[in-house]
Amino acid sequence: MTYLAKPKLHHPRLPANKLGYTRRDYEGAVSTLCAGCGHDSISAAIVQACFELDLPPHRIAKLSGIGCSSKTPTYFLGNSHGFNSVHGRMPSVLTGANLANRALIYMGVSGDGDSASIGLGQLAHAIRRGVNMVYAVMNNGVYGLTKGQFSATADKGSKSKRGEVNTDAAIDLVGMALQLGASFVARSFSGDKAQLVPLLKAAIAHRGAAFLDVLSPCVAFNNHEGSTKSFDYVRSHNEAVNRLDFMVERAPITADYAPGTVRAVVQHDGSTLVLRKLAEDYDPSDRIRAMTYLAERQAAGEVVTGLLYVDPEAGELHDSLNTVERPLNALGDAELVPVRPPSRASTRACGSRTAGGAQGVNRRPRPPVPPRAPRRSRRVPGSGAGA
Amino acid sequence: MPQPKAIASVNDFVVKFANVNGSGSASANALFARAILRMGVPVACRNIFPSNIQGLPTWYEVRVCEAGWLGRRGGVDLMVAMNPQTWDKDVASIDSGGYLFYDSSRPLPDSKFRDDVNVIGMPITEICNKAYTDARQKQLFKNIIYVGALSALLGVDPLEVEKLIGEEFRSKEKLIVPNVKAFLLGREWAEANLRGAPMGLRLQRADKVKDRIFIDGNNAAALGAVYGGATVCAWYPLTPSTSLAEAFMAHCRRLRADRETGRARYAVVQAEDELASIGIAIGAGWNGARAFTCTSGPGISLMQEFLGLAYFAEIPAVVFDVQRGGPSTGMPTRTQQSDLLSCAYASHGDTKHVLLFPEDPRECFEVGATAFDLADRLQTPVFVMLDLDIGMNDWLCEPLAWDDSRRMDRGKVMTREALEAGREFGRYLDVDGDGIPYRTYPGTHPARGAYFTRGTTKDRYARYSEEGPVYVDNMQRLLQKFETAKELLPRPVRADAERKTQFGVIYFGSSSAPMREALGALRAEGIHLDTLRVRAFPFHDEVSDFIADHGQVFVVEQNRDGQLRMMLVNECGVDPTKLISVLNYDGTPITARFITREIAEKVGVLNPVPLKKQRVAR
Repeated sequence: MTYLAKPKLHHPRLPANKLGYTRRDYEGAVSTLCAGCGHDSISAAIVQACFELDLPPHRIAKLSGIGCSSKTPTYFLGNSHGFNSVHGRMPSVLTGANLANRALIYMGVSGDGDSASIGLGQLAHAIRRGVNMVYAVMNNGVYGLTKGQFSATADKGSKSKRGEVNTDAAIDLVGMALQLGASFVARSFSGDKAQLVPLLKAAIAHRGAAFLDVLSPCVAFNNHEGSTKSFDYVRSHNEAVNRLDFMVERAPITADYAPGTVRAVVQHDGSTLVLRKLAEDYDPSDRIRAMTYLAERQAAGEVVTGLLYVDPEAGELHDSLNTVERPLNALGDAELVPVRPPSRASTRACGSRTAGGAQGVNRRPRPPVPPRAPRRSRRVPGSGAGA
Repeated sequence: MPQPKAIASVNDFVVKFANVNGSGSASANALFARAILRMGVPVACRNIFPSNIQGLPTWYEVRVCEAGWLGRRGGVDLMVAMNPQTWDKDVASIDSGGYLFYDSSRPLPDSKFRDDVNVIGMPITEICNKAYTDARQKQLFKNIIYVGALSALLGVDPLEVEKLIGEEFRSKEKLIVPNVKAFLLGREWAEANLRGAPMGLRLQRADKVKDRIFIDGNNAAALGAVYGGATVCAWYPLTPSTSLAEAFMAHCRRLRADRETGRARYAVVQAEDELASIGIAIGAGWNGARAFTCTSGPGISLMQEFLGLAYFAEIPAVVFDVQRGGPSTGMPTRTQQSDLLSCAYASHGDTKHVLLFPEDPRECFEVGATAFDLADRLQTPVFVMLDLDIGMNDWLCEPLAWDDSRRMDRGKVMTREALEAGREFGRYLDVDGDGIPYRTYPGTHPARGAYFTRGTTKDRYARYSEEGPVYVDNMQRLLQKFETAKELLPRPVRADAERKTQFGVIYFGSSSAPMREALGALRAEGIHLDTLRVRAFPFHDEVSDFIADHGQVFVVEQNRDGQLRMMLVNECGVDPTKLISVLNYDGTPITARFITREIAEKVGVLNPVPLKKQRVAR
């Protein structure tokens, strides 16, 4: 029914969050994806997570690449700026956007073709730089928009709708994210909202690169017998290592947790992750053991889900760059255009510079320089060649 | 052997150093050049280097020119031949009557020399071996020693050299004394042993440098970006653009650290490739920061898809393209102006981009700043087209000037207040009739002004649509915007000959200095030319007017295919037979002699009325 416009009226007593917004304020346009698409459940989970976190919708920027999954930002957060960029290149656009304004929340949405095939490199580098973002992959193992070709996350030996067997090894994005240093790594399933929503909320609250692999079956091209990304397959092989309850404030842990089965992780912003252990001995703060565990369980045919790794004290790209708190896009002439002549110490009249630095491909820049005195038409850097 | 004729010249000659790269010669050669500058005599230097760190041939050309011509002249008057690998070629390149200075520690057969060249030998290796025990010093000080000898032969003021050494090693004081010692060692040896050497080239103090500065274009462009308010730079190492990003970082560390906290008011990311570089610049531009990337031809090739997105989604970005020899890896350390077409029409579909053509480092600084205003104003990528010659060589130029009253032009950005007041917002709505719509920065207003940016077709309110008329409407507006750009860009510079002529010449970028020099030589041959220096694309109407005003117009370029000429034919609707290409594309900077010869020959062929000179000859 995608040709019907969304009704503007809604129930007058629709619950509102702390900011007075209803869930409808976090929705977008009507989805044009296939009925039953896993991606729509993820969009709904994003809406719910943002609503429950009381986020001002306009303070979120949603970015995507190309593909079915990358179309979804149209279907959630209609009051947020969105950017549907080029195929596989959302990570760089998101990185740039984040550098320009560190005060917004960046939600990157992508698919397995967009992230694991054409965009593998950009995804890897955004993670290793620690860009402060949520990066969610709607993973269905196929190219939907081009009608059912295998993607790079399709398991070796799995079958396409037409019966072809995939002969290429699968890329495990979660394993890769762990290896590359993502400070929050989770896997979930579009069909398990109870698991997905808290993970999304925790990822949004996380400071640093948060990576979420969400298995999201393609009802049109990858939901058949022989597929390892179908609803039935994922349901029957899903092995959650933990169950997450996300709390915005430091809250006392309530009673219904059996002793020894709960672990509380306080994130940078004070939010608390209460993890109910499902797999014994699974420790989400140990990156290396998490990698081993995943490799072992996956070899046994399990789809391991849950919060797989978190470093609540992780840094992010702006820490490495030591950028000012104020968003760079808010700095004006006074902050950006050098007004005072640089100190005399750095004043090296050009002619008074001898040839320095190795010439050639690796030549170092020379500090040129300086406006002498602030005049209306001021001399700027470089330096007098005259004696 | 009869004494060959000897070129005699004061303050007007070309010295070329032939070295092995990685041997430390570059600093010594530059020291020589700077000492001459300090004597008030203009120099033009060109570093001709390989894509290599150690062991391959490298040359450094110092053109001494009191008259102030800063382009390459062509020819060599004095060859300092320090590289046995290139000896034959180096000796062959000396002008007849010129000079060969070489390391005579090992005897060479007569066949290795030329009868018409004056030879000055100095046993440099021998001197070094005697003076130093350390192997590294033996090698390094060779260079300073020949600078010492040349100072004696040519009349470089030794005090200037010593002063420069002192300044260079200000922070490493213990290096000053040994360097000065090596310099004096060479100088004194030459004074004692080369007194009678044939040398007609002399330096004399002059006052022709004034307050001009000596700076490379990459450095100046990077400084322009700082003054222009750039805050985000994403780049991938690529000769000859690398030093631009590195200079930006160096300038920012000094000029953009928060005074109280020391924190950075800028962000530089060394990206994983050029796709990411331009992606980061576009993401930052979309989000309201001034962002740029710097690259060269291979990077431009990689950025094509993103450039189309930025054009179509109307996102500001600045791209500094320091051009080198293409195609493919081509001549990675040689100069060309061969990316015009790949930048002007970058990406698939119908696209056109704004290009700026600085002629020297001073203009690199100016347009390096202005490009950000233009990108914001026009909401589109703006290309600053440097080349290796401007970008990596030090040029003598007027001091960089900045008007303190100048303010950044952020273009049409709708504010929270305007949205609150209920002003209509359509991201691609042309409210002013100039083809330029308003944009909002993400996060501006809780309920208004949000829009979806995409590379897909959209209507005036940024809503997805593949309706034909909606698409055409948008594409026409983009053309309208390009038309608007013409009036905002730097105008072409026209200079007419003293007498009326049917010949015109169009040139741009690093060809400017040799072109201006060639004009004088051509005039002396009776060839008068009106000139037009193109400074930007899209071309201002004055460009087509200039072509219309002349019977024949030479187009001087440093590429094989006459790319500017193609664009002129394309965009100005002129008769292609009027435009005659003058092309130098061997990877070396175009010379005044080359331009003079080419135009003189072509005029000779074209001109049905024999020139005065030719009549006399008959």
